[in-house]
Amino acid sequence: MTTAASFHRFANPARFQRIGDLLLPWLFGATALLLGVGLWLALVVSPPDYQQGDTVRIMYVHVPAAWMSLFVYTSMAVSAAVGLVWKHPLAEVYAKAAAPVGAGFTALCLATGSLWGEPMWGTWWQWDARMTSVLVLFFLYLGFIALVDAFDEPARGAKAGAILLIVGVVNVPIIKFSVDWWNTLHQPASVFRLDGPTIHSSMLWPLGLMAVGFTTWFAAVAIVRMKAELAERRIRAIRIAQIGRE
Amino acid sequence: MTRKKRRLYVLVLCLLGIGTGSALTLTALEDNLAFFQSPTDILEKPAGDRNLRLGGLVEADSVERLPDGASIRFRITDTKNAVAVVYTGIVPDLFREGQGVVAEGRLGADGVFAAREIMAKHDETYMPPEVKQALERAGHPGGVVGGTTR
Repeated sequence: MTTAASFHRFANPARFQRIGDLLLPWLFGATALLLGVGLWLALVVSPPDYQQGDTVRIMYVHVPAAWMSLFVYTSMAVSAAVGLVWKHPLAEVYAKAAAPVGAGFTALCLATGSLWGEPMWGTWWQWDARMTSVLVLFFLYLGFIALVDAFDEPARGAKAGAILLIVGVVNVPIIKFSVDWWNTLHQPASVFRLDGPTIHSSMLWPLGLMAVGFTTWFAAVAIVRMKAELAERRIRAIRIAQIGRE
Repeated sequence: MTRKKRRLYVLVLCLLGIGTGSALTLTALEDNLAFFQSPTDILEKPAGDRNLRLGGLVEADSVERLPDGASIRFRITDTKNAVAVVYTGIVPDLFREGQGVVAEGRLGADGVFAAREIMAKHDETYMPPEVKQALERAGHPGGVVGGTTR
């Protein structure tokens, strides 16, 4: 099978290290450029909103953070499935490396949402379906991080974590469609909707740049963290071999 | 069947099971997952003396300041039915006639909703003030043309 073959071409951790080292400077460079230009457009150039005024600028951080919280979780669940079914050696490394970053995006999304909710809605927090389901996502991240390290044998922790990730993936469509299925305080989607975005292009452009910048930053940090995790595993293997010799 | 295939089938079956279970649970809990009730909901199914959230639009020309100077009275409408609301305190900046709003409080025996808290909703449309004015001049009072603002 060609898919399986190309799959296992990247399964080799040494090859991953090589490709990762090649990509890292470009990813960090792109992040600096995208976030620099994106923040300047978002905070200085883009117009205030007709009803929210300058408060709308929180959107340029809140919305990319929310997208990333969902994207990172989904990618971790896919990698968990790949790890369980095909025993891909990098799958559990990726999930473990991405989890704290995804939890950070979710925390940023919740914090900026709260800061935005107070001046616009008149409340820091409400238990509506959107906010509650995002809080559940945050706890799923924390649960995964705790569970993976709760076993003496790393392989068992990775397996338990993978099952948690796959079960928790039902929460992703719930978050996305919560604002359509039930009435909520949070408004429906503005960008990813069937009849096209309801954000004016002068605001959509900075938002898009910020979102791509968040993504390249995440990719770079994920590669760095995966390299660290692989190095840790090598050290563990060397230690075990040394103990075996003594 | 290879072991990889068997693992894949087990995974897909588990996902289907979890998905169906969650869908059934969420459908069963539908009423509890709604953040607020509309005026029609409240008039059709009176909840008695219980805390609840009433949501809808602030009816046009219904906002009046009461003589005590700190309270307002207005009506929340879903364009079919409307409920009168009394609230003492500061309303959010976005509170205005025609705006989406959620009031938390109790429906009194006199049919007036005594709100403890007022929250403003805003829609998913974002645009600069000039575009809003241009749209209004062109005869689109809501500022929205077929779901998009461009």
